[in-house]
Amino acid sequence: MWRVFLCILGRDLRLAMRRRTEVLTTLFFFIIVISLFPLGVGTEKQILRILGPGVVWVAALLASMLALERLFAADHEDGTLEQMLMTPQPLSLVVLAKVSAHWLLTGLPLVAMAPVMGMQYHLPEGALVAMVLALLLGTPVLSLIGAIGAALTLGLRGGGILLSLLILPLYIPVLVYGSRAVTVSAIDFAETLPYFSLLGAFLLLALVLSPLAAAAALRIATE
Amino acid sequence: MKLFRFSSPATFYPLAGKITPYFWVLAALALAVGLYWGFFETPDRLGGTNPQKEYYRIIFIHVPAAWMSMWLYLMLAVWSAIGLVFNTRLSFMMAQATAPTGALFTFVALYSGSIWGHPSWGTWWDWDPRLTSELILFFLYVGYIALHSAIDDPRRGDKASALLAIVGLVMLPLIFWSINCPDPNQCAALHQRSGLSQMEANILFAMLTMTFGLWMYSFAVTLTRLRSLILEREGDTAWARAILERER
Repeated sequence: MWRVFLCILGRDLRLAMRRRTEVLTTLFFFIIVISLFPLGVGTEKQILRILGPGVVWVAALLASMLALERLFAADHEDGTLEQMLMTPQPLSLVVLAKVSAHWLLTGLPLVAMAPVMGMQYHLPEGALVAMVLALLLGTPVLSLIGAIGAALTLGLRGGGILLSLLILPLYIPVLVYGSRAVTVSAIDFAETLPYFSLLGAFLLLALVLSPLAAAAALRIATE
Repeated sequence: MKLFRFSSPATFYPLAGKITPYFWVLAALALAVGLYWGFFETPDRLGGTNPQKEYYRIIFIHVPAAWMSMWLYLMLAVWSAIGLVFNTRLSFMMAQATAPTGALFTFVALYSGSIWGHPSWGTWWDWDPRLTSELILFFLYVGYIALHSAIDDPRRGDKASALLAIVGLVMLPLIFWSINCPDPNQCAALHQRSGLSQMEANILFAMLTMTFGLWMYSFAVTLTRLRSLILEREGDTAWARAILERER
């Protein structure tokens, strides 16, 4: 059963490596959004330190959501998705593989880039570590929840903007605890443990539930 | 089975037509009594050390609307779940008919909350957890309606938005909780105790009567909307045509 997981994961990664721009576009969107804020609100150190965690997280939310539109779209267009729906292996496993590949391509680069972006906002070192940890736990949740929305809006006109309407409200818990973990870590790193526990709990919940929901949504969308 | 007799649009359409007037009457009565009681039989001030003056009476609209908005979202998700399990068209239509009323109540709760906030907080909008939760609920309703109307095929639209409603229901406790205690270390201190038991009897009566009135209004308006949905969707069946001919 895991062979199908690894097979699809490898395929999606290989496909993406042949077309690197799509991966880089998401990353640069993330960088640009974060860099715009100091230009808009002023470059005062105090303000940037307060805004930093929230801005980085909102940018991560938007970047991950924009990338989601393409999660099933290409396979839907060329009919590969129909073949995947007919495999004897559980569809949720296929979804999980696709989401994992998607996160490795669009989520992980953001996590790696986040400390650099944090430096733009003069965040202390402890907060940069907390930011990487929080994003590492939080961005997979974003991809997992987003997969449900991507499946629901598959092939609709105006799918991308509709997707944001459906999915962004569901991102709130991750946003709240993710950005506060970074804020708190700037004061006392030991206090951040409950935030990471909560983010970890969200990740486990999302890992179990959202592939099932996304698989159901895919069946509805293609029937 | 007898239980499922009215799960067919053809049998439910006349039944809904028969019971809707009663809900309108009940709603009108309860709202009239509730408003009268709220304006004339309740104390002019609320609270001890820092009393709220006349403007506190907005709770007779605000609180029932907020309660109904949450209740209707639950109903929306329940009808969606029933629809997905039994694959009954009528359940999906019921969910679809509920959504605009629920969205309307979230809007009323936000609007009245903002009006209440201006004299008591000195600002139109404060990021009060309850008001924020209501705003997010409004977004969920909007998402449901938007998804349903974006899908041309009604069968797919029904099922997709039903799934979205259920996902929303699963996420709602997490969302409300994260808004209510953004700091898990101090969550116990932030938790708000219910004030229902220490409320003045007349105020409670007016509030509950208004809630009942809005509830009956929701039934009336949802069933009315459901009837037009049925006619719209079943327009190519013989019985629906017969009704349309008769009412022309």
